[in-house]
Amino acid sequence: MTSTALLVATRKGAWIFRSDSGRAGWSVDGPHFLGHVISHLVLDPRDRTTLLAAAKTGHLGPTIFRSTDWGRSWQESVQPPAFAKAPEGETGRAVDHTFWLTPAHSNEPDVWYAGTSPQGLFRSADGGVTWCGFSSINDDPHFRAWMGSEKDGTPDGPKLHSIIVDPRDPAHLYFGMSGGGVHESLDGGETWQVLIAGMNVVEGYGFDAANPMFHDPHCLRLCPSNPDRLYQQNHCGIYRLDRPSTSWLRIGKNMPGEVGDIGFTMTVHPRDDKTAWVLPMDGTEVWPRTSPGGKPAVYVTQDAGASWQRQDAGMPKEQAWWTVKRQAMCCDSHDPLGLYFGTTSGELWMSRDEGRNWACIARHLPEIYAVEAVVL
Amino acid sequence: MKVLIPSALHSYTRSSQAEASGSTLDALLSDLDRQYPGIRFRMIDEQQQVRRHIRLFVNGVSADALSQTLQPDDDVVIVQALSGG
Repeated sequence: MTSTALLVATRKGAWIFRSDSGRAGWSVDGPHFLGHVISHLVLDPRDRTTLLAAAKTGHLGPTIFRSTDWGRSWQESVQPPAFAKAPEGETGRAVDHTFWLTPAHSNEPDVWYAGTSPQGLFRSADGGVTWCGFSSINDDPHFRAWMGSEKDGTPDGPKLHSIIVDPRDPAHLYFGMSGGGVHESLDGGETWQVLIAGMNVVEGYGFDAANPMFHDPHCLRLCPSNPDRLYQQNHCGIYRLDRPSTSWLRIGKNMPGEVGDIGFTMTVHPRDDKTAWVLPMDGTEVWPRTSPGGKPAVYVTQDAGASWQRQDAGMPKEQAWWTVKRQAMCCDSHDPLGLYFGTTSGELWMSRDEGRNWACIARHLPEIYAVEAVVL
Repeated sequence: MKVLIPSALHSYTRSSQAEASGSTLDALLSDLDRQYPGIRFRMIDEQQQVRRHIRLFVNGVSADALSQTLQPDDDVVIVQALSGG
């Protein structure tokens, strides 16, 4: 019998929820790191043993913790992600927090990637013990210009996120920057190409859509069943990209007009590249970042974005003003697929039938930043 | 010399007080890091700036620079400042 685990990272610590393959009942393990800001908690799918946690506290600088016994003990990185020291007389950048963790290709055991705020890309070749920055990103004048200043990012800092490794090629990488566009490397990160064609920018300000600086991809997902297909939830809509094309198609235009296609998170079906889920939020006027109208729902497409269907059975029908952050929705690999999301109000929700019915499996957690599902 | 350690860093020192040496604050923090690996980076960033919510006091006076010199009988206090809810 397989077991299912949910790795829940929150503003005040981390929790691990466990169930069997039926996923009817869940046990809870936590808090781990009570009071620490945990941006991401990720299991290494290659050894199915190593956990990495991106952590900081209100007072202390950022670090990464590592466990090989499911959190019974943690060891701190010897050299956490950190930018290069600036030359004398210049102002350098300091990592505020590691935001995103991605295990590398299955042929590269112990290699991990990390995205930070302010935006930086880092790599570890020893399972997260030591980290080195990509100078091709972190010190490149073009990237630095596209990253903008701290005023150009999300409320708790601009982020490099959605680091994706092509399962067919360890050297083929993607990532997104909020803001700063989508980028691709075919040589393991030595050189990069911009991948923003077809993506819209905020209208009415005269922003140049050819400049990566004005693009804000919120979440990128690659389809495991078809690595040539990517989906994206952006500040300005929902998109699909079918390689080798380099132009994104705005499939969010097919969402109901009253809901719109703004949001942060997106999840793709591991066995069906036509099926994906989003969780729209209110992006009107002052950007409330709540569920539209206080009525949360997931929307699914089963035809690669040509149409979308609302899925809200079991969710509150009114006065529910939470939303879901970009790392906080995911799926497992069971059949039927399990879907999960964690809310800004600290609720953990799941569906055992690919989104048709939903149930809340935990309440009263701190604000949830990330949820990862693993089947063991 | 004696260094008072804030609670947020007790996971490193297992104590509210540590012994460390150094002719400057910079050297003192490096000695602390030698004894308690990782502790310095939680207080001092990669640009050698004291992090936003950390304050260092020498003999009750706020220290502005890591280059500040120390005497063997100085009291050094590391404080976690207010940092929101």
